[in-house]
Amino acid sequence: NSDKLILENTNPRAVNVDLQTDATLQVDISDALSERDKVKFTVHTKSTLPNFKQNEFSVVRQHEEFIWLHDSFVENEEYAGYIIPPAPPKPDFDASREKLQKLGEGEGSMTKEEFTKMKQELEAEYLAIFKKTVAMHEVFLCRVAAHPVLRKDLNFHVFLEYNQDLSVRGKNKKEKLEDFFKNVVKSADGVLVAGVKDVDDFFEHEKTFLLEYHNRVKDSSAKSDRMIRSHKSAADDINRIASTLYTLGTQDSTDLCKFFLKVSELFEKTRKIEARVAADEDLKLADLLKYYLRESQAAKDLLYRRGRALVDYENANKALDKARAKNKDVLQAETTQQVCCQKFEKISESAKQELIDFKTRRVAAFRKNLVELAELELKHAKGNLQLLQSCLGVLKGDT
Amino acid sequence: MAASSERSPPPFPDSEEPELLEDSDEGADAFTGTSISEMDSPSPDSTRPPKDIFNEPPEDIFSDPLSNINSEPQKKVDTKIPSPSSDEAVDLFSEPLDDDSEVMSSPEVQNPMPDLLNEPVEAPKSDVLGEPPVHKNAARQQDFFEDPPKGSNNSSSSVKKAVSAELFGDDEDEEDLFKETPKVVTKKPQPSGPPVDVFTEVKSDVKVKPQVKDDPTDLFTEEALTAPAQKPPASSSSSSRTNGVHSEEQDLFSEATVELSLDSPLNDRKKKDAVKPSLSAPAASVASSSSKAPSKTLEELEEEESEDKFDLNISVTNPEKVGDGMNAYMAYKVSTQTSLTMFRSKTFTVRRRFSDFLGLYEKLSEKHSQNGYIVPPPPEKSILGMTKVKVGKEDPSSAEFVERRRAALERYLQRVVSHPSLLQDPDVREFLEKEELPRAVSTQALSGAGFLKMLNKATDAVSKMTIKMNEQDVWFDEKIQDVENEEQHMRKLHVMVESLVNHRKELSGNTAVFAKSVAMLGSSEDNTALSRALSQLAEVEDRIEQLHQEQASNDFFTFSELLADYIRLLGAVKGCFDQRMKAWQRWQDAENMLQKKREAEAKLLWANKPDKLQQAKDEIAEWEAKVTQYEREFERISATVRKEVIRFDKEKARDFKRQIVKYLESLLNSQQQLIKYWEAFLPEAKAIA
Repeated sequence: NSDKLILENTNPRAVNVDLQTDATLQVDISDALSERDKVKFTVHTKSTLPNFKQNEFSVVRQHEEFIWLHDSFVENEEYAGYIIPPAPPKPDFDASREKLQKLGEGEGSMTKEEFTKMKQELEAEYLAIFKKTVAMHEVFLCRVAAHPVLRKDLNFHVFLEYNQDLSVRGKNKKEKLEDFFKNVVKSADGVLVAGVKDVDDFFEHEKTFLLEYHNRVKDSSAKSDRMIRSHKSAADDINRIASTLYTLGTQDSTDLCKFFLKVSELFEKTRKIEARVAADEDLKLADLLKYYLRESQAAKDLLYRRGRALVDYENANKALDKARAKNKDVLQAETTQQVCCQKFEKISESAKQELIDFKTRRVAAFRKNLVELAELELKHAKGNLQLLQSCLGVLKGDT
Repeated sequence: MAASSERSPPPFPDSEEPELLEDSDEGADAFTGTSISEMDSPSPDSTRPPKDIFNEPPEDIFSDPLSNINSEPQKKVDTKIPSPSSDEAVDLFSEPLDDDSEVMSSPEVQNPMPDLLNEPVEAPKSDVLGEPPVHKNAARQQDFFEDPPKGSNNSSSSVKKAVSAELFGDDEDEEDLFKETPKVVTKKPQPSGPPVDVFTEVKSDVKVKPQVKDDPTDLFTEEALTAPAQKPPASSSSSSRTNGVHSEEQDLFSEATVELSLDSPLNDRKKKDAVKPSLSAPAASVASSSSKAPSKTLEELEEEESEDKFDLNISVTNPEKVGDGMNAYMAYKVSTQTSLTMFRSKTFTVRRRFSDFLGLYEKLSEKHSQNGYIVPPPPEKSILGMTKVKVGKEDPSSAEFVERRRAALERYLQRVVSHPSLLQDPDVREFLEKEELPRAVSTQALSGAGFLKMLNKATDAVSKMTIKMNEQDVWFDEKIQDVENEEQHMRKLHVMVESLVNHRKELSGNTAVFAKSVAMLGSSEDNTALSRALSQLAEVEDRIEQLHQEQASNDFFTFSELLADYIRLLGAVKGCFDQRMKAWQRWQDAENMLQKKREAEAKLLWANKPDKLQQAKDEIAEWEAKVTQYEREFERISATVRKEVIRFDKEKARDFKRQIVKYLESLLNSQQQLIKYWEAFLPEAKAIA
């Protein structure tokens, strides 16, 4: 189906997916609002499609509504043959809060300067998380808008256009429990279905690949998080060292004190760069891995649905054989077999293209992010180097 | 500020800080929607911030800017974040940080976060920062304090004794350790008379100290009979005797003075020693050197040194484990290279074990501390680290421990010999030159931490006096405060640098793990170019891991250890101030005594008892002499301490500059390597197709 996609406008907005959209439907999040533990996103749409009343409009949506949209795709049988764009993760400010608490606890042991600096750090960090959250939600919408079939979905249009609350509520306990059992059944079934040898080499290969890939990308994602976290801690340490050196330097006006002040100034700058290195690794590396963790899960889900359809089809064939042998309910079995066959073929047809697209997207996204990562790393290292060189020049000139 | 009836204020931008309280009602509206119980809980007092942070962070963080801007009475405290509309969205990702900074500077977000935290929490200074090594090393300190008197004990500082008796007298846990100490008690031949008895007794029971001290005659005998090179001022032995028994400073000093009266001739000798500390010692032993070095004044030596003409290189190398099991110890090669004529040859090497270094310190400290010299303290004894070395074989942490100690010992010796007066000490020369050094007694027990603890205790003990002392000397008044502050900041800095070391190590470990994981991911990737790029990335991360590890070790050896050294040294500086204070106290006590004697004389006159009058007059004369003498001593020690501190400051500045420049160079090197690695990776990333 995807060859119908007209490549008019590349949208470089989405980080981790290399999306290509046309001008007929463009979606972005123009604003976001952080309100207590809620985040309100202003979803802005520009479209020439006839089913919208206007060409340009905005609505306010919350995370739960995104989830509702995602779930409606998943539950729609029509979309069984597509990789459903992964739902954005729930806004998570816990880490930031934890640090804030630490700041509060440690306040007595720091000077006012240190405290102000730490506070600014945390503000910046909070902002970064906030932006990430917005970006993740936007990526989801962009993926849907770029999808040849999903972009026509009625729920999606309602989501974009209906200018009031969608009255989506979070799932209650009972529903959550149901979901839980569904998942248990699904994963048990998944094992069963995965065990069935696929007749199609392409799918057999994709199945093996995705199983392994998903696990490894999961591992890499977790490990990159840990690496980045300790990088941030180290940057924080340098920050505090700079502050204390500053305090030491302001004690007196000796030569050594002036020396301390210069070094403090240097550390103050290098720690900013170190923090940026960590933040950029987070954006370019960790987020990329995280996105493909979810995207590969979505691809696995697609393979599961196809596998399920295949098993159903085979069972229908067996049932038809039995029916023919007994010459009983043959017509009904034939119909069932037909339905199953059609369903399987329909899924297979679109799934193949979806998986090829997935790979293309993945390779392009990794390329883009890794190139950018390397460039940023270089930029920062060079910045650091320059700072160190000029500071050393000054210090050596003095001594 | 702590008014409990106030409702919690919302966060405010910095500019509005002063209005915090006025606005607090308005702010409270912001919270009305919530069910969180803390909402109504009182006040902008110091304990509040953390709660708020937890309960309401998003609001806290983003709320106020808008609320202030809108000036709507009823607040739905929200902040708009200008967010990805078309092009900006691109920025959000491709240039995330630049974008950050823009946003940060915009008025809306200027103060997103915890304004609540603006009121500083009056948290108590953490003890950990205060004296970290002390708690861990309690056992070792005790060792230290329970030392029995030994060869040069006669001159041991009175404070030390007082403190040890007071603090650790009844602690028995470490007796075994202590008993392990070989019994070579002095380094000089001595008659096997009373002194030996004294020592044996002490060995068998640490707590007979008072007994030992009651036997000064024996000690003196020993003193008299030992080598002439050592002339520890005898006066202090008697003062230590008294001090050991009393724990209150007041008593301590008055008693001491009484005792001192009996020793006045000896005291005079001490005075002479003190005037020319650098002269007396070497003159007695090596004739050749005495002509050259001691003729120089302190300033001259200082000059010479700072001009780097100082020709004495000492290195400590080849740490080697000697023996097995718990009796094992580390021996180090101490190599000296010099053209100074006071040494027999230009290069020589000896093997010394850790306790020898500690023994050297103890000898130097006993001889020179009381004269106001800053005696560089050796590295702390670490039972944990050493046990690891003894037990473990190829443990990297014990290798690190050994290297750390080796480097610390080297710096310690270099500091000792760079001190013009200490260099002249026969014990220093002996330590560097003599093939076989008599096993230092009871140094097993000595530890730098113990020393620090002792100093702290001593500082506490004299702190009352500080108040009374009513410092006349502005220079000292400021300097004492400066050193106090400096030590505090250094401790703080040290904790932070240690934390950096740990985080850098953690980063190194996590980078290694990530590198492995990326390599695995690369191997399962079915796009060839991407797979290749990922395994290249894994290699880059592997190298970066190496880099972080090296940097962590630079953080530690070049920066952290420097701070640790200076924290110890500042402790020694404080010790000098205390010595000066003690000299002052002695002088004051003598003045008081003289006053009493005069009053007594007046009474006698009044009561008309001529028979006792002569004795009173004699006593007055005696005390007048003492007052003059003590005053001179105080002036002398003040001058020495002052010189020492000035010298110390110079050396400190030089050390810090040199080390920090070295440290920055290591950072520079890291960045150069990083650039190399990423430059090599970039074409690989671009080759993905």
